[in-house]
Amino acid sequence: MSHIAVQVRGLGKRYRIGVQRRATSRGSRLANTLLAPFDYLRTSLSPPSEAETLWALRDVSFDVQDGEVLGIVGRNGAGKSTLLKILSQITEPTTGEAVIYGRVGSLLEVGTGFHQELTGRENVYMNGAILGMSKREIDSKFAEIVDFAGVERFIDTQVKRYSSGMKVRLAFAVAAHLEPELLVVDEVLAVGDAEFQRKCLGKMENFADGGRTVLFVSHNMSAVTRLCSRAIFLEQGLKVMEGTPTEVVAAYLDSARSVGAERVWDLASAPGAAELKLLSVRLVDAADQNLVVARVDQPAALQMTYLVAEPGLTFRCSARFHTQGIVAFATLEPNETTHPRPGVYQARVGLPANLLSEGEYTISLSFFTSQGRKAHWLTESDVIAFQTSDPLNGDSARGDYAEKLGGVVRPKLTWDKTYVGPTPPAGGVNGR
Amino acid sequence: MGVRLTEQLSPRAAPLSARPKIVIRASNGWGRLQLGDLWRFRELLWFLTLRDIKARHRQSALGPLWFILKPLINMVIFSFVFGRLANLPSEGVPYPIFTYTALIPWTYFQSAATMAVGSLVQRMDIISKIYFPRLLIPASAVLSNLVDLAMSLAVLVGMMLFYDVPFRPALLTLPLFVLFAAAVGLAVGLWGATLAVKYRDVVLGVTFALQAWMFLTPVAYSATLVEGRWQWLYQANPMYWVIEGWRWAVLGAGQPPTPAMLAPLAVVLLLLVAGAYIFRRSERSIVDLL
Repeated sequence: MSHIAVQVRGLGKRYRIGVQRRATSRGSRLANTLLAPFDYLRTSLSPPSEAETLWALRDVSFDVQDGEVLGIVGRNGAGKSTLLKILSQITEPTTGEAVIYGRVGSLLEVGTGFHQELTGRENVYMNGAILGMSKREIDSKFAEIVDFAGVERFIDTQVKRYSSGMKVRLAFAVAAHLEPELLVVDEVLAVGDAEFQRKCLGKMENFADGGRTVLFVSHNMSAVTRLCSRAIFLEQGLKVMEGTPTEVVAAYLDSARSVGAERVWDLASAPGAAELKLLSVRLVDAADQNLVVARVDQPAALQMTYLVAEPGLTFRCSARFHTQGIVAFATLEPNETTHPRPGVYQARVGLPANLLSEGEYTISLSFFTSQGRKAHWLTESDVIAFQTSDPLNGDSARGDYAEKLGGVVRPKLTWDKTYVGPTPPAGGVNGR
Repeated sequence: MGVRLTEQLSPRAAPLSARPKIVIRASNGWGRLQLGDLWRFRELLWFLTLRDIKARHRQSALGPLWFILKPLINMVIFSFVFGRLANLPSEGVPYPIFTYTALIPWTYFQSAATMAVGSLVQRMDIISKIYFPRLLIPASAVLSNLVDLAMSLAVLVGMMLFYDVPFRPALLTLPLFVLFAAAVGLAVGLWGATLAVKYRDVVLGVTFALQAWMFLTPVAYSATLVEGRWQWLYQANPMYWVIEGWRWAVLGAGQPPTPAMLAPLAVVLLLLVAGAYIFRRSERSIVDLL
């Protein structure tokens, strides 16, 4: 028997975006500055024109039952955070209505609702008070919260001295332990180590088992598929899909394929040395199209372009793939190569299907030589980041197994099972 | 692999009937003031106030001394400049205690108003992440400054003993004048905080305006210095009545309260209520304006 925990009907949010008047001369810039107050008055009194408005969220409706974990996926700017902000009562909707049965605990982005000047302890009590808890209730949860967040040593330190990881850990611990009926979580898994992410996911699961409800925004598709009971997909403020996490994630990944996890530099800002500059790095699929989310069951490639200014420069390229706080693997050109003439070169390293595991990878590059005058021409950490996702279609290394599967690589290995012989007599195989 | 990484089950969610029902929709027009929220969140108000006090003096070498230092330093400066150099009359009372008596409510009003005006912008880190009635923020600024006022009162008692000022029954009316000052401070704070979200220059502007306001109020000098034909305008200032009320209650000098103070009081209350409505109205879009 379940009740509706959240009911969202036709929710929309319009933002007014400033249309900046272009200043053509110093005189008109001065005029603009002087006229600014009048301009302001004009814009605030008249209804916004079409060009000045942006619908961050349009006519979104859905229901969430008690004990459900609803995943919300979509690209940046799709309206996910706006939706969570409205449900957390941080901002008002322009249209529509949402009804929530119960208290809302929210964890919006990194940093959360902490008073920077106060200590961790004081912030825990303040957040509790905001949720309407008495001091006694918070007292009884306090030890558990601190323990979960792993910040015992810093609990009497001002929050502004916390690392972002510590802030998120404490914030999550507070939001989850103060037991609101609805927990709203935005991208908590972007920060913090793997261990803590596991704890968070466990806590959210636990939360739902207790009949509470979780709304969960994440770019981590494997977390969405694993944790959520249902998911919605937002695109440009519209709900374009609602369904099982697997369906929704697959649709999202399909739509995300053409947007790039790439970095491109212009010459002025390009990293490297005078002799060698990195121009671009991108993750591409087999057809050289940019990828943001790579499917673990399909090949991909890392493509780099760089500018060589000195003829005859000799070095090799290498890349390290980081995930879950460790180096998953490193790859490098087997030989140092000479670049005979100045100009732009491209290096490409293919990643076979069924190599990467699910999760987020960041890539560090190093172009170096072990011979000659300079060892490292270029060392760049975290040049690009991308997600990998398992389509759960049965073709990847996980086959038809849908639960959590660890590891930083996920090769598809061959398994053999053969019948060896009849059941050995009592006493066991070795007992002859 | 299938091990649940959970330590223990959370208690079951509360039954539906025991849960608050939150309806979120665009509010039209002016809406209600919902002062009940202030009561419902009183624990939070108390907490914010306490934290305000703590956070204010954290990381300062003199720490709690700052509670009393502001009016005290001003008293020393004023006593030297206006009392000694300019030799301003002080209605037969020693100038230091004459000005200090006025500086206590003035400093309270000034700090409360300044803090309240800047409070929304300053506490954006919390406002943009958690919901609670925003009114609590300027309210806590006005409340937390009461501590400074109380500390300064202790110094005043010391000065009264030193200057042999008798303790008059009129002292019992002081809380009323404190309330009056709090109302003016909160009114300024509500209007200022609302505007400051849109225009950051308001915070600075208010600081200067308050400085000018102080010289239009008999803090450093006696109200008797103002020409009779301007007194009607001079007395339209609500802080005139607060300051003179304090002088009257503590020193037996200055202007005793008369029915004439009811007009400025009414204006302040009107501005306070209007300010609360304006504040309530803008609180819905505060986050979007940042």
